[in-house]
Amino acid sequence: MTRPSRLHVPHAPARPGQPPDFSYVHLSPAGAVARPDIGAPASELGPLSLELIRVLDDQHAAVGPWNPNLAIDELQVGLRWMVLTRLYDERMFKTQRQGRISFYVKSTGEEAVSVAAGLALKPTDMLFPSYRQQGLQFVRGMSLVDLMCQLLSNTRDMCKGRQLPVLYHSKARHLFTISGNLGTQCPQAVGWAMASAIKGQDDLAATWIGEGSTAAADFHNALLFASVYHAPAILNVVNNQWAISTFQGFAAAEQRSFASRAPSYGIPGLRVDGNDYLAVYAATRWAAERARRGDGATLIELVTYRSSAHSSSDDPSRYRPKDEPEHWPLGDPIERLKQHLIALGAWSQTQHAALEAELNEQLSIAWKEAVGYGSLSDGPKLHSDLMFEDVFKDMPQNLIDQRAQLRLEQG
Amino acid sequence: MAQMNMIQALNSAMDVCMAKDPSVVLLGQDIGYFGGVFRVTDGLQRKYGEHRVLDTPISESGIVAAAIGMAVNGLKPVAEIQFADYIYPGYDQIVSELARLRYRSAGDFPAAVTIRTPCGGGIHGGQTHSQSPEALFAHVCGIKVVMPSNPYDAKGLLIAAIEAEDPVLFLEPKRLYNGPFDGDPGKPAVPWSSHEKGEVPEGHYTVPLGQASVVRSGAAVTIITYGTMVHVALAAARQLDLDAEIIDVRSMVPLDVELLVASVEKTGRCLVAHEATRFGGFGAELAATIQERCFWHLQAPIERVGGWDTPYPHAFEWEYFPGPQRLSAALTRLMEAA
Ligand SMILES: Cc1ncc(C[n+]2csc(CCOP(=O)(O)OP(=O)(O)O)c2C)c(N)n1
Ligand SMILES: [Mg+2]
Repeated sequence: MTRPSRLHVPHAPARPGQPPDFSYVHLSPAGAVARPDIGAPASELGPLSLELIRVLDDQHAAVGPWNPNLAIDELQVGLRWMVLTRLYDERMFKTQRQGRISFYVKSTGEEAVSVAAGLALKPTDMLFPSYRQQGLQFVRGMSLVDLMCQLLSNTRDMCKGRQLPVLYHSKARHLFTISGNLGTQCPQAVGWAMASAIKGQDDLAATWIGEGSTAAADFHNALLFASVYHAPAILNVVNNQWAISTFQGFAAAEQRSFASRAPSYGIPGLRVDGNDYLAVYAATRWAAERARRGDGATLIELVTYRSSAHSSSDDPSRYRPKDEPEHWPLGDPIERLKQHLIALGAWSQTQHAALEAELNEQLSIAWKEAVGYGSLSDGPKLHSDLMFEDVFKDMPQNLIDQRAQLRLEQG
Repeated sequence: MAQMNMIQALNSAMDVCMAKDPSVVLLGQDIGYFGGVFRVTDGLQRKYGEHRVLDTPISESGIVAAAIGMAVNGLKPVAEIQFADYIYPGYDQIVSELARLRYRSAGDFPAAVTIRTPCGGGIHGGQTHSQSPEALFAHVCGIKVVMPSNPYDAKGLLIAAIEAEDPVLFLEPKRLYNGPFDGDPGKPAVPWSSHEKGEVPEGHYTVPLGQASVVRSGAAVTIITYGTMVHVALAAARQLDLDAEIIDVRSMVPLDVELLVASVEKTGRCLVAHEATRFGGFGAELAATIQERCFWHLQAPIERVGGWDTPYPHAFEWEYFPGPQRLSAALTRLMEAA
């Protein structure tokens, strides 16, 4: 006699046609979580991985021990980059729909994750992003035109036409080349941090990985190496609740938070409100100082929500309720920082509208310039000889021959 | 008979197998509720339940390893790897484990896992959504490697793979999912409904593993190819008005050597073509085999066409892709040789 299946199958909290349900997201009140000493031993920090570090409360005030006490102009800079990130995403998604670029990934709703963390780090800290942290590119000073040229795979594309749109890089700005293969960047960031320790540098490495991708063995390799060598690294897990159609329970956060993976490796794990600019900033600062002191790596889980489609190839209405984004309990990161600034008397709706208009104007000007350098369909094109370069430092004979053969094919 | 595109044919193959054999289970990323990013498993979780169509974590090594364990415990797992480009985290489990379990346990612990995965370019996927890694698996002893070029074969081969007692890597040329593709991206897309191989029986049938097929018979030259390139070869032969015999390998491991040899002995000329990188590609095995078996029948050196020996670049998709022009140039050289 055999029994019926007793396999546990995780269930998404809500599917299309069902009411959205975020009751599974454990929330701590703003300001309620203690901020331990930066040098506290990891063994004492376990609870931080289960609570939720928050600074901005429902009245838009910054409260509690994690308040980073940023100056008004620092807050305004953060807001500006987040708004730019959102407008850029909207624009570029539209150009994909118009067929000007082949593919696009938006980060809508997750702008604080990249902008706050990027501004909390030093410009020489090395960043290993996934494909959904474009805010890092902006805060590191990448120009709009350069980013757009990558999307267009045109004559000014930093990748020389080799990568899908959004897989940017910049050696000068310490932004590692983004991989399409999930999770690979995490243990690489730890290796970079190990080298920084070996060389006696002050710089740390920070990496970002989607919660779904933490299932990959590479994520666990990262934790292991970071733990063994006390590598000066920050491992950010962006828990935006979804990995394409798969909800976060399939990466095992049905049982325990992603942050709580860290304590079992002897590493602090902070669970942070990823839509709270101030909380992300403060947590990143805490982890960065800890790493620089020589106390090793920190895992930061950023609890956020992917409010748009996975990518330009995706239609989320097939697997989650259409109105799910409106029910996300942690709100919108831009709106929350904006309301905080307004509450401080340092911002207004009029200023906000003016900022959007100014940034939209910048985007229009940049796009005009970028398409002037070509696209896959119109204008100047990269020379196809480039395809054979950079496979090796020096081109081997088979590639020299193939390059000649292609030229012949092209007549 | 029904009209099916390749997606529907593959779906039907799994449906038939699941209905027939309760031990067939599917697992992979986004394959359950959503039905897969290419919709190949659409509706199967609804029909067969969550305990037979499993969404999985994003871990290719975990997916392959779990499938091995399930197979050892009597299930018939069909694992989907979302893109062939993402199979490498599972490579150790495939090469060191799956392919060798029968051998190292002297037949006691075979694992008949089927791994399905979309491969090939032509969809502007860049270097991480375009690869054709068949040679990396054909070189491994103990796993069969299959690639269909049309819906009829896709369904028959997939049923044969799932019913086989050995592990099978089942590569699906994604550019062919919705219609045949002759290598000219400028032409409007053609649906499978306009193609005779889009006629697919609704029930159970198999296309045996290890049998190549003659797609078009001819006397002047043999073109040995598979996957998307079958259609490109047909276009090239048409363009040159050449009496070419075109053979669809279908199964790289095991390889139908006799059919290839018989054709080349007849024509005396041979072109080997695939989309994968040329260097060390499966075409090298084909060319070597033909050379060994048909040397005294050959009237010209064997020609070999493939993708260039570079990663698949996003901006140069069609300069990289071995289109009708590259094939035509090779065919012309072959025909002009003494
Ligand atoms: C190794 C590997 N497996 C599968 C994929 C296909 N894939 C691309 S994105 C994605 C979902 C990732 O989800 P998550 O890690 O949560 O990041 P998010 O997209 O939510 O930012 C999948 C499965 C891939 N790119 N690489
Ligand atoms: Mg995610």
